[in-house]
Amino acid sequence: MNEGKKLLNMWAGYLLTVTAWYVCVKWLPIPSFQRLPDPVTVVVEWFNPDPDYGLSLFTRDYYLHIWYSTYRATTSFLLAVVLGVPLGILMGWRAKANEYASALLGILRPIPPLAWVPVAILIFPGNEPAVIFVTFLVAFFATTMNTLLGVRSIDKDFFRAAQCLGAEPKDILKDIIIPGALPSIFTGLQIAMGAAWFSLVAGEMIAAQYGLGFMILESYNLVQYPTIVIMMITLGIVGYLSSALIRVAGNRMMRWRAQAIGIGAA
Amino acid sequence: MSDPAGQLKGHIRVDGLTRGFLGPDAQPVSVIEDLSVEFEPGLLNVVMGQSGCGKSTLAYLLAGYLAPDAGSMTIDRRPITGPGEDRIMVFQETALWPWMSVTNNVIFGPLVRNAISRQEAKVRAEELLERFGLIDFKDKYPGQLSGGMKRRAEIAQALINSPDIMILDEPFRGLDVMTRELLQEYYLKLFEDSRLSTLFITSELEEALFLADRIYVMAEPPDNITSVIEIDLPRPRTIDVTTTTQYLKLKQEAMHHLYAGLEVSA
Repeated sequence: MNEGKKLLNMWAGYLLTVTAWYVCVKWLPIPSFQRLPDPVTVVVEWFNPDPDYGLSLFTRDYYLHIWYSTYRATTSFLLAVVLGVPLGILMGWRAKANEYASALLGILRPIPPLAWVPVAILIFPGNEPAVIFVTFLVAFFATTMNTLLGVRSIDKDFFRAAQCLGAEPKDILKDIIIPGALPSIFTGLQIAMGAAWFSLVAGEMIAAQYGLGFMILESYNLVQYPTIVIMMITLGIVGYLSSALIRVAGNRMMRWRAQAIGIGAA
Repeated sequence: MSDPAGQLKGHIRVDGLTRGFLGPDAQPVSVIEDLSVEFEPGLLNVVMGQSGCGKSTLAYLLAGYLAPDAGSMTIDRRPITGPGEDRIMVFQETALWPWMSVTNNVIFGPLVRNAISRQEAKVRAEELLERFGLIDFKDKYPGQLSGGMKRRAEIAQALINSPDIMILDEPFRGLDVMTRELLQEYYLKLFEDSRLSTLFITSELEEALFLADRIYVMAEPPDNITSVIEIDLPRPRTIDVTTTTQYLKLKQEAMHHLYAGLEVSA
């Protein structure tokens, strides 16, 4: 299938969804749907220099909310990378580290992020670090587990061959473990980014004064329904962009992979 | 081809070597039992036998990856206690690291041992790659090479370390016939130029005959080495040698040795 046709199908998908939305809200006799804003109202509000409910592409606050959420997600994500990747590598590399950590992680990981909110609010001074902590936690688990999996999945022959040529532990770490685990690490980072946004929005709904998640719930409370949808779509776009950034970074760091399967330029 | 002055390096002496593994029902199974053999330096010694006769185990023991249960192994009178820089083993499975370019794979050994500078290593690597017809692929990744090219790259990766002995464990297994013959000729040429002491493990009679100075026919314990066949075909050899009457006579003799101990049970 050529690129043009793919693009056409993509837009057709969007158009179909928006049409269905319009039809449900405007034409079908479903009472509960009639409280929802229709797509036209949302778009008009979004692009309105003087929005009815105070938020559009032309208002400063719109960007403030995006900024707050992005800042929290990025901080949590970076913390998760800085702590999770080394921990995962250590656990995969040294059996002892794995013995210490894996039982603990096994218990902590299934606890849903929202269950941490009260404890987080008690521990941290103010809401801001609490929201970041909760967001960090899920990203951290995803990063650690995938890094561990990545190290474990490296072919044993790769270690043996390196030892055979006289490599010391530091060489093995730098030249075998880290590059060998990288594909899995980046899969983990993508999952971590998605999980970060997921728990961030939940955290913001409970404990924040700014941010996309906060504004979605706030708009509901204030009966500003078009703003809810604007914020949701904005979340989708920001989330997509952050995942795409990780994908691009991953492809640049793993040129060998792209070339082996024939999608990269030499 | 004798070595009266003792100049050549890579004289292997094995005495009373025994090594077993735990079988499926936790019963120890002897793979090698009380094996004594000597591999003279400067020769292309081929160990040949059916799969399961213990020839790979012998290679692993000599490479130092396995410890014997009993017996002694020496190289030039030095006992083998573990992997050493005096010998390099080329494995059955490909062990090139997919995340490193061909050049970086080749120079890995000297670099991790700080043997020579990166510049020097690159120059030597390019000489070797030139010789193996891989110079145009020096910046490619292993995933972009064919099976035969990978094998050549691995031999270059081993040779750059200037070992006293090369141990090759069925290195050309799984390649198509033409590629296989090509690689055999590459290795022959290399050997005939350098007289690098070689222990070549194979299960294919034609390969053994074409390459070897001496074929050691190996069988399951307690037989061990059942016969040693001197292959006095002239060097340098080309594939044409396989059509000479001398070759056919040797083949007949070898087959006689190979099937001597085998009886078809009714």
